[in-house]
Amino acid sequence: MSDMERYSFDVVVVGAGGAGLRAAIAAREAGKSVAILSKSLFGKAHTVMAEGGIAASMANVNPNDGWKVHFGDTMRGGKFLNHYRMAELHAKEAPDRVWELESWGALFDRTKEGKISQRNFGGHEYPRLAHVGDRTGLEMIRTLQQRIVALQQEDKKLHGDYEARVRVFAECSATDLFTTGEGEDRRVSGVLAYWRPSGNFVQFQAKAVVLATGGIGKSFKVTSNSWEYTGDGHAMAMMAGGACINMEFVQFHPTGMVAPPSVRGLLVTESVRGDGGVLTNSEGRRFMFDYIPEVFKDKYATTEEEADRWYTDPDNNKRPPELLPRDEVARAINTEVKAGRGSPHGGVFLDVSKRLPADVIKAKLPSMWHQFKELADVDITQEPMEVGPTCHYVMGGVEVDPDSQAVVGARGLFAAGEVGGGLHGSNRLGGNSLSDLLVFGKRAGDSAADYVSTASDVSLDEAEVNAAIVTALEPFTRTTGENPYEIQAELQQTMNDLVGIIRTQHEIEQALKVIDDLKLRTKEIAVVGGREYNPGWHLSLDLPKQLLVSEAMARSALTRQESRGGHTREDYPQMSPQWRQVILASRIVGDVIEVQQQSLPLVPAELAEVFDAKELSKYMTEEELQLLGKGQA
Amino acid sequence: MGYMGKFRLWRGDHGTGSLVDYDVEVNDGEVVLDVLHRLQATQANDLAIRWNCKAGKCGSCSAEVNGRPRLMCLTRMNTFEETEVVTVTPLRAFPVIRDLVTDVSFNYEKAREVPAFQPPKGLQPGEYRMQQIDVERSQEFRKCIECFLCTNTCHVVRNHEENKKAFAGPRVLMRVAELDMHPLDTVDRKKLAKEELGLGYCNITKCCTEVCPEHIHITDNALIPLKERVADLKYDPIRWLGSKIRVRSDND
Repeated sequence: MSDMERYSFDVVVVGAGGAGLRAAIAAREAGKSVAILSKSLFGKAHTVMAEGGIAASMANVNPNDGWKVHFGDTMRGGKFLNHYRMAELHAKEAPDRVWELESWGALFDRTKEGKISQRNFGGHEYPRLAHVGDRTGLEMIRTLQQRIVALQQEDKKLHGDYEARVRVFAECSATDLFTTGEGEDRRVSGVLAYWRPSGNFVQFQAKAVVLATGGIGKSFKVTSNSWEYTGDGHAMAMMAGGACINMEFVQFHPTGMVAPPSVRGLLVTESVRGDGGVLTNSEGRRFMFDYIPEVFKDKYATTEEEADRWYTDPDNNKRPPELLPRDEVARAINTEVKAGRGSPHGGVFLDVSKRLPADVIKAKLPSMWHQFKELADVDITQEPMEVGPTCHYVMGGVEVDPDSQAVVGARGLFAAGEVGGGLHGSNRLGGNSLSDLLVFGKRAGDSAADYVSTASDVSLDEAEVNAAIVTALEPFTRTTGENPYEIQAELQQTMNDLVGIIRTQHEIEQALKVIDDLKLRTKEIAVVGGREYNPGWHLSLDLPKQLLVSEAMARSALTRQESRGGHTREDYPQMSPQWRQVILASRIVGDVIEVQQQSLPLVPAELAEVFDAKELSKYMTEEELQLLGKGQA
Repeated sequence: MGYMGKFRLWRGDHGTGSLVDYDVEVNDGEVVLDVLHRLQATQANDLAIRWNCKAGKCGSCSAEVNGRPRLMCLTRMNTFEETEVVTVTPLRAFPVIRDLVTDVSFNYEKAREVPAFQPPKGLQPGEYRMQQIDVERSQEFRKCIECFLCTNTCHVVRNHEENKKAFAGPRVLMRVAELDMHPLDTVDRKKLAKEELGLGYCNITKCCTEVCPEHIHITDNALIPLKERVADLKYDPIRWLGSKIRVRSDND
């Protein structure tokens, strides 16, 4: 493979969304050379789709907010399955990460005092989300993109070359992650990628690799995720000896568009509800009042009158149940539709038109107005939207050290953002994703830089690289065979129908059989055409990874015999304090995924002080409560 | 509901290519990108399309539909007659990579020539204070999804490859305006806009504004004010100096 491009960098960041760019900035600021690999063009990552905002307890709108309140909300939202240390770091550091964006040129919406404005969101006690209308993700990705450019401009002045220390490889997809050494000595040595435009391979030798590849949404048919979300980082980490934890927890965002069919799944931001929008069924009933679960009974309004008063007087009224955590709202909508009280296209109604004046709607929710007008021909200032659940986010991710984001079991490998696991527990709160990207992106970049400073040199094994290239090119050697698009469509339909919002043992087992079959068929894919910008070939390279992560999700879902957050078992509908102590870790053993039970560390007493004994008793065993000094006695 | 739509697509690479006809199923509520995805999955697995969000938020699927620069994800099929042939070709102002995908690196290279945001020295993160009314002007330009339809449409470069050296295009010039109107930025980029980025080439025909999927008033709100500021710089140094030392009041 003599025509292959070869590079050596200190740190290779796989993924160019919020987490990847933040990690790259940190590693470059620590003086390391950094390559950023992006499947798409620079600045197009899935982060642009984030609408609502960045959760950070800056207390600009309500002075009662603080990191402990944010920590508590995050744990509550995740049904106490979160890794407490990640939730703590996240809550503590999010404000600094937001203010830093402002110093790089971000222009958030303002309060009257000229501070960054903050909005209400599901599960957050106080207005907490820094935002720019409903296009916050775009603002964030553009700011980070422009910060990278600013660093390149510095390098140009110093070294005469924009790309002296940070280079963005746009439309360059990673296929393989390489390690060297055995057992304890095994560590990362580099990455193989291909240029999407030319189809030529590129190898990167690097001591440290940061995975920032996002999620897995393309395993499901109805999803708000883009084509890039094929679980690349999840799969690569498992292949390198790491584990994925919590893979049974998949967030179905309650409000995706349901019509027209071609945009089914496209996201309708939670801000619609945060700003006053209400959910109603075909009988015109605000049904969320019927679905307030026991654990949240004293936190949410029980009458429409109180709920409506909350928007203007949040200190003396409880919040409307439309703002329950996402898993609760998604299940409620699912139940309403199944009971025959749905909207014409199989969703429910989300109405802001009767709640706010048209000009306020257009100012607060400009891209929603635009999206419905352009794609559905619906004017949301005049009529309700039809919405239903859509696969949005995976709480599960690579098992990492909570402080350093170092992947457990794979030295030199780091993971940040959606691909990382632990922070969100069994359910993520809206707004906690963008802050996750920033807080742990920075931590991963810093840790990777530290690691590079002390680790000895590595070299890529050319024979392994060449073997990986031969495998990647195999689909070209067949003149007839399977169509990659058909395999992907079958996987998406299967996961949607059998491992979706509501799960049962029998259906998950059926899904696993289909996945096994699709794994075999993937080995028989034939692609037509050449190497240049060939999406059929690109998909054939994504599919094995997609199947691996889908298998991890299905096997984990089969193992967890309870219902919690983004995992609902019809055959085990209760939440169990025993299962709360357990997290499931997926590893590759031979050719299949094996799921092992691990224990979740108990929140330390000083953090447990955030919660009262009554609340903790809804989640924890008596033994745990005793340990925390919150027992009955 | 469904019907067989007639499509004519440009297939080929940077060297050669031609328009190829396809008959593809079209269903209720679909956009051009949906139909091309169906074509890709069933008849032309290797059809090169660049796309990401399919929601008009990422600006990846820019192409020309019946000669008009559009995002394929925002072009609804019900805007065409069922018997009409829908012709989709790659952006004209940029080199073709393959089929409907073009090399837009020109825009990123030009963007790199614009000095980044520079806050006042000593202003600490968290201490920034700006009024909503003051940030709104730049916020309009920050809605840009970098689809580059504006630059593709601009006649300065659309049919004049030779102008690309001296002209950065509306997207990048709007970025200069955005920074210029940022309440806390301290860098003067007017000379750069005029001498390096070719602001003078723009003769405000508003073609860029017309094709912007975000409906940003590129010409009226970014380029014309920028031209005025550059003109001030040239003809009225006293006024320029005044504008730099004037203290903004909170309600300004």
